[in-house]
Amino acid sequence: MAAGGAHGGDTPREIEALIDLMARLPGLGPRSARRAVLVLLKRRGALMAPLAQAMAQVAVSARDCRICGNIGTSDICAICADDRRATGEICVVEDVADLWALERAGVFRGRYHVLGGTLSALDAVGPEELRIPDLIERVATEATREVILALNATVDGQTTAHYIADALAATGVSVTSLAQGVPIGGELDYLDDGTLGAALRARKSF
Amino acid sequence: MEWRDEGALLSVRPHGESAAIIEVFTGEHGRHAGVVRGGASRRIAPLLQPGAQVQVTWRARLDDHLGIFTVEPLHARAALLSDPLALAGLNAICAMLRMALPEREPHPMLHAATIPLLDALEAGTDWPPAYLRWELLLLEEIGFGLDLATCAVTGSRDDLIYVSPKSGRAVSRQGAGDWASRLLPLPPVLLGQGPASAGDIAQALALTGHFLNRELGPLLNGRPLPEARTRLIDRLARRAQG
Repeated sequence: MAAGGAHGGDTPREIEALIDLMARLPGLGPRSARRAVLVLLKRRGALMAPLAQAMAQVAVSARDCRICGNIGTSDICAICADDRRATGEICVVEDVADLWALERAGVFRGRYHVLGGTLSALDAVGPEELRIPDLIERVATEATREVILALNATVDGQTTAHYIADALAATGVSVTSLAQGVPIGGELDYLDDGTLGAALRARKSF
Repeated sequence: MEWRDEGALLSVRPHGESAAIIEVFTGEHGRHAGVVRGGASRRIAPLLQPGAQVQVTWRARLDDHLGIFTVEPLHARAALLSDPLALAGLNAICAMLRMALPEREPHPMLHAATIPLLDALEAGTDWPPAYLRWELLLLEEIGFGLDLATCAVTGSRDDLIYVSPKSGRAVSRQGAGDWASRLLPLPPVLLGQGPASAGDIAQALALTGHFLNRELGPLLNGRPLPEARTRLIDRLARRAQG
């Protein structure tokens, strides 16, 4: 085992490489990566070996669902393969993290469509870089009644939402979007003027 | 180094895990970038949206450093998000400013015209003619102002209906003569005359687009004008079709 490196005078190169890789993960810097690696090294049998095995398995089996773009371990993800889920509603999200957030909430029992990003003038992301053509094809072939645009309330998110709504206009499908306004537990005094304005515009009978 | 200014936020991009680099179009310091510490946090990120009016304090040890911004939100202009045409206008304005203006070069006149235009977008008033005038001013600020006051051939101020694609000067019907087919049509809206039809707006955008393409061409390395401007033109055309 070769030695030497930035993380300690005699740190073996293999461990140093592991620390460097861990430090690339979100939320971890070099110091916290070193701590994490130390924990793994101390619990080699109980934690490190199973973790390495699980990572190796997922690295081989993980793939994008060819219907919705969700990440799974087969060509069609568990959600798309689930016959109990409603087929007439497609919820459009920006990325898999948003899909997971909605699944955690357990409030939607239809199907999803993951765009893989949003239109962005800054990053030169156009419609062809996203899975918008796939969405239009799905809507046409899956007897869809409603497309729910669950995109971020940001300039890029809403630009994308308006673009998709236009692209789907010819299909005749109902296009809806998530409401914007006061969050559960929110206090008006602390809300920004944009959220307050959106909430007031979207007020409903009480 | 330290200064304080007010302006419209043009862009935000993540910087590391918790910070953001923003660009603000300010009155006295032009298009200026800086780091916002905690700019990617849940508390601050919603306030840093393109189009937002902000007051910024910029600090750096040396003038040529990127520097740190402290941001005080003044007005979110969030109503824009629900209006597809206004949102397209906002995207076009931000993209054009980012592409056309060098960093840290003051353009107080353009800044003074941009803020009311953003306000008009949010208010939902008939802003496309104002956007056209803004593009004319942008051309002027980058050194290619169109001369639409008199005919380049006869010197007349009447019946100006063409623009020379080379000089950017207006040409009257009489002055155009046999060259009319080689000239660009000049819609009255660019002269500030009468109400603007959708066709006039489209024609005027084609005219400003011609000169913007030509003047910004070297900066674009053969690429077209920003996609955001194209989407605005498409949306205006669709609105005109009903």
